[in-house]
Amino acid sequence: MSKWHFVTDGFVKNNPTFVLVLGMCPTLATTTSAINGLEMGLATMFVLILSNIVISLIAPKVPDKVRIPVYITVIATFVTVLQLLMQAYTPAAYETLGLFIPLIVVNCIVLGRAEGFANKHGVGESALDGIGVGLGFTASLTVIGLVREILGSGSAFGWKFISGDGILAFVMAPGAFLVLGFLMVLFNKYLAKK
Amino acid sequence: MMAAASTLKNMVLCLTLVCLICAAVVGVAYAVTKEPIDAAAQAKTTASIARVLPESDATPQEGSVRVGGTDYKYYKVDGAGYAIISTTSGFGGLLSLMVGVAEDGTVHNTTVLSHSETPGLGAKCTTDGNFISQFQGFNPAEKTLAVKKDGGDLDAITASTITSRAYALAVSNAVDVFHQLKQGGQDDE
Amino acid sequence: MEYFLIIISAIFVNNILLAQFLGICPFLGVSGKLSTATGMSGAVCFVITLATVVTYLLNQYLLVPLGLTFLQTISFILVIAALVQMVEIILKKISPSLYQALGIFLPLITTNCAVLGVAITVVTKDFSFGGAAPHMLNLGQATVYAVATSLGYGLAMILFAGLREHLAGCDVPKAFKGLPIALITVGIMALAFLGFSGIV
Repeated sequence: MSKWHFVTDGFVKNNPTFVLVLGMCPTLATTTSAINGLEMGLATMFVLILSNIVISLIAPKVPDKVRIPVYITVIATFVTVLQLLMQAYTPAAYETLGLFIPLIVVNCIVLGRAEGFANKHGVGESALDGIGVGLGFTASLTVIGLVREILGSGSAFGWKFISGDGILAFVMAPGAFLVLGFLMVLFNKYLAKK
Repeated sequence: MMAAASTLKNMVLCLTLVCLICAAVVGVAYAVTKEPIDAAAQAKTTASIARVLPESDATPQEGSVRVGGTDYKYYKVDGAGYAIISTTSGFGGLLSLMVGVAEDGTVHNTTVLSHSETPGLGAKCTTDGNFISQFQGFNPAEKTLAVKKDGGDLDAITASTITSRAYALAVSNAVDVFHQLKQGGQDDE
Repeated sequence: MEYFLIIISAIFVNNILLAQFLGICPFLGVSGKLSTATGMSGAVCFVITLATVVTYLLNQYLLVPLGLTFLQTISFILVIAALVQMVEIILKKISPSLYQALGIFLPLITTNCAVLGVAITVVTKDFSFGGAAPHMLNLGQATVYAVATSLGYGLAMILFAGLREHLAGCDVPKAFKGLPIALITVGIMALAFLGFSGIV
């Protein structure tokens, strides 16, 4: 399938976290554990896919000057729908992620894909792009969350493998910056080798 | 297809249309999710009440009371006691507890509703069995609801005195609320 | 006294960048040079304060009475976007010199999550300072909170820009160049700011 690369691009070449460095706020704030990172990634992917699809459909009809307000309205609508759905069916996750669910509206990844991809491509391609970038984002967040959880609480996906505490700084704010920084170094190394 | 021209008419039309459709979508989503959201909130409250009070078939009655200038929300369960929501300042932010006070004035159990304490230190107030179990069956008439450092009878969580103090204060406030409710004889509903 | 505690808490203890992770993208983007960092901080300070006051009033007098608080996200972002546009137009008219200094940063601010973040925080969260009973902020406190938060933003931004200007001249391993070393530096700064926790 020739369209497969729309999905894989989002994973490595256009990885939103390590290459494009977009959407840093949720990346740093919600990755205190692997599960939290995974949930945040999935929530963002939901909005990303739907907004990509809708924007690719309406883009040809929207006058150029009101493009951005229209996109923001569409994105904000899906975020509100997501908020309501999460409150209803996954209240625990909604509470943990808190402020960062409404803040998906201003996540540069979502508006970035709308403006940079969806308004120039068809529905199918935009949906695949949404899935690819969404998966890339989810994977990055899960990995950061996993590293912080292993170092900070001595557990992985909630499964505890040491007794007592880990290096607490890693679950707190500084750990987020440090882990992301060092993971970026590894990613750069990997890209340089290729 | 070309994008529509950016004339004023087109722009206004487009924005209005988009806003209308979006409002409709959000409205529908709100209507559909309203019931499950209420049910989820209800389920959480019911679960918390069941944890902090002895088992009872009575339906909890919601109420609120003003004690010492602060409004407290509480649930009265006939035959079991009161589940009182009490909030104080911990180390990292607000610490909100639900405290179950049985009819005889002893604390039945407590549970943390929300907190922003330091992970691995103050946040242990949700998991540290030795700390939490001290409050089960605590009789404020015989012992003092404060950590030992402050002359009370409670062991603080290791290295988290501020959180422990906040927790003890929240429970002690809830006991005051209980007495106020009892003294009043009836609830202001 | 309460105002004082709000200010200390918002600038140091709960620093918006280093403890709450809001507004990181522009933080990493424009902190390369001290002068741009200062300009951005000024613009953010201005917009956060204005946006918080406007959305606070909108929430208090329109959304809450009508039972429409579920529209917070969507209405706040539209208000902020409109506000930024307006500020840009007005600034251009009345103070070209200020526009020169802040203008180029303004379009970026709509998607700065610090603005929406602060606006949502002040209308949804209870606060408690100095042992007072937890309560929602009133308009005056919300304004002070917004100003102090954006000062905290400016402080972290300018400190970091200063560090980064020095970093630019350092010989760091190739894979660390650019953002990775910047992130690690912020991490160490955040570690230092942890020392403030618990004082309010």
